[in-house]
Amino acid sequence: MVPESYYVALSAILFCMGVLGVLTRRDPLVIFMSIEIMLNAANLALVAFGQRHGTTDGQALVFFVMCVAAAEVAVGLAIIVAIFRQRRRLSVDELSSLRG
Amino acid sequence: MSHVVFFALAALAVGSAAGLLLRRNPIHGALFLVVNLGTIAALFLTMRAEFLAAVQVIVYAGAIAVLFVFAIMVLIPGKDESGPDALRGPRLLSIPVVVVLLALVSAAVGSVTLAGGARPPVPGGADAVGRVLFTDYLFPFEVTSVLLLAALVGVMALTRRRT
Repeated sequence: MVPESYYVALSAILFCMGVLGVLTRRDPLVIFMSIEIMLNAANLALVAFGQRHGTTDGQALVFFVMCVAAAEVAVGLAIIVAIFRQRRRLSVDELSSLRG
Repeated sequence: MSHVVFFALAALAVGSAAGLLLRRNPIHGALFLVVNLGTIAALFLTMRAEFLAAVQVIVYAGAIAVLFVFAIMVLIPGKDESGPDALRGPRLLSIPVVVVLLALVSAAVGSVTLAGGARPPVPGGADAVGRVLFTDYLFPFEVTSVLLLAALVGVMALTRRRT
């Protein structure tokens, strides 16, 4: 049996790669995919900790994270499509209209 | 044997995440994302979380990946990252920032001593997860349906064409 700490370490690496994607890419779709990687890394850590503590609660939490992720992707992509319709361009550098 | 499986899956997960970061074409990124989500599902299986592995494949690799591919088709991106990068300096700065973040997270995880020795794996089939979901987490489970309904209505309101 692989120790749970290996899973947590892998989760940390994947999370940091997601952060790197959010910080470095300009395409909002790729930024969204990086956010998905971060959410999955958190799910992996939740399941690993749940196994370690001998409860199923971690897996129930992962279920809720998946529901929130599905809603988040649907709403986020709808916002991106709406922005694209208005501006015909997609780059996060140009979307500064909410800046004060 | 289980170590070999784990390290193979871990390498696949990290490699597909790196592919998502490095490829410019978003459709390649979406395919790498599918590979990444599939390996996470396999990692769930190695932790005896069978129900979550099935849900992962259905919800993520099925629904969410298809949604991404549809969005890419509608938006036809690919030219947006080709121009000169006005924010190149801050973007390069983010690499050491992420390295520091990884070091901090590793130190935090390493400092936690998990109590107890090796335990027998918790069963993660549909019956075990369903029992927890419908007893201890019944209220959050019902709130989830409201959340999904709100997302549904919100998406329809957002993408409606103004007449």
